[in-house]
Amino acid sequence: MGPSGTGKTTLLQLITRQLSPDRGQIIVAGDDVASLSISELYKMRQRFGMLFQNGALLTDMSVFENVAFPLREHTKLGESLIRNVVLMKLHAVGLRGAAYMMPAQLSGGMARRVALARAIVMDPAVLIYDEPFVGLDPISMGVIGKLIQQMNDALGITSIVVSHDVREIAEVADYSYVIADGHVAASGRPDELRDEPSELVRQFMLGLADGPVAFHYDAPDYEEQLLGKKPD
Amino acid sequence: MFRDIWATFIGFLHTFGAMCLFFLRLLLYSPSVLYKRFSLVAYQVYNTGALSIVIIMVCGLFVGGVLGLQAYSNLERFNAEDTTGIFAGFALIKEIGPVITALLFAGRAGTALASEIGLMKATDQLSAMEMMAVDPLRYVAVPRFLGGVISMPLLTAIFTTIGLLGAHLVAVELLGVDVGAYWQQLQSALDMEDVWEGIIKSVVFGFIASLLAVWEGYNSVPTAEGVGRATTRTVVITAIAVLVFDFMITAWIL
Repeated sequence: MGPSGTGKTTLLQLITRQLSPDRGQIIVAGDDVASLSISELYKMRQRFGMLFQNGALLTDMSVFENVAFPLREHTKLGESLIRNVVLMKLHAVGLRGAAYMMPAQLSGGMARRVALARAIVMDPAVLIYDEPFVGLDPISMGVIGKLIQQMNDALGITSIVVSHDVREIAEVADYSYVIADGHVAASGRPDELRDEPSELVRQFMLGLADGPVAFHYDAPDYEEQLLGKKPD
Repeated sequence: MFRDIWATFIGFLHTFGAMCLFFLRLLLYSPSVLYKRFSLVAYQVYNTGALSIVIIMVCGLFVGGVLGLQAYSNLERFNAEDTTGIFAGFALIKEIGPVITALLFAGRAGTALASEIGLMKATDQLSAMEMMAVDPLRYVAVPRFLGGVISMPLLTAIFTTIGLLGAHLVAVELLGVDVGAYWQQLQSALDMEDVWEGIIKSVVFGFIASLLAVWEGYNSVPTAEGVGRATTRTVVITAIAVLVFDFMITAWIL
């Protein structure tokens, strides 16, 4: 968790080497991600599932083909097996009935559920969610929150959820880190974070307008700028 | 001032070098994509080639018609209107066919390719492929590049053929040039070398137009403005590159 612009998505991109670090190391499952060759990197990514902010479905393919895409690329499964696996994954996110719709026909929440089905179709060891709750109505938010929990429990995988939605995170997370200004400002179980003494964490958890993250962006003196004179 | 010019020049060299590397990677991956993902390439031949046929044919007809008119009205002064076919044929096959087809291709298919790839980038589709361990260069860029490279010579052939028919329509059917003279003069004057010149140009322009469209889309800034700018740059740079290369190839062949 952390305020907008604090580097949460960047952190995810570093973990999966969509970005390379200028310095330092990123260790994932014992490997230094930055030093992997392309084929090793792609092998590692096959163990990852990632849910992008807007779903990132391939717009020229149907829902079914989107979910089948990783299977077609990385396995030699027969067509009937692919069909069954895809329908099972779509059933898990409640969209088996939308299998033959195109991405443009889906609502934001549905698109994200399809993307979730696609992310789990290769049975990954780690699932990464980048702001899964952004821009969703309360019902879709609840659905996604429930799915994150279900996937975690049913598949026994590790989930990394990046979000600034304090309430939703409190419901799904076992352990949280609050990131601010490029540092871990606090960490702990969600209920522990609520009692965190740090002013910054309190401001973030309670959603206060002013605090360490100031309401006013740095600006010249107000009186001077309006009246064109120096204050006494 | 001098420092700015120098910085711009260095920036240009960087971009040009990166584009050459990109081009080499496209070429390197092309054989395996042709072999393993032929259906994607075939779809792109349809997408860039077949969908451009109507505009190519309509433009070819009118460009041919204009050539027929111009040739006739000028040659008539010397009582040489029978050679209208030679004039129109040479212009179409050696110059106008490949050049105008490439410019139309950049406007119709190049912009579509650049904006499609740019939007895929802006909506994280390319990143999603990367995360699914699928190289977007092989899955998205190479098939589109090959689709354009294959389509261009075919579109040029169609443009030139329809252009010759357009010139025939105006010169023979409307202005009364003898039909036998029109085709026979053209046939006897035209060598295979002239046809080869057109073919070479259309192949080179196919590489240029497809490379620039895919490059601009792939390297666009992933915003609405960035994709728009990439689309515009595709047309402008392709037009300049095609005309410069047209001059160089012509100078080399002659």
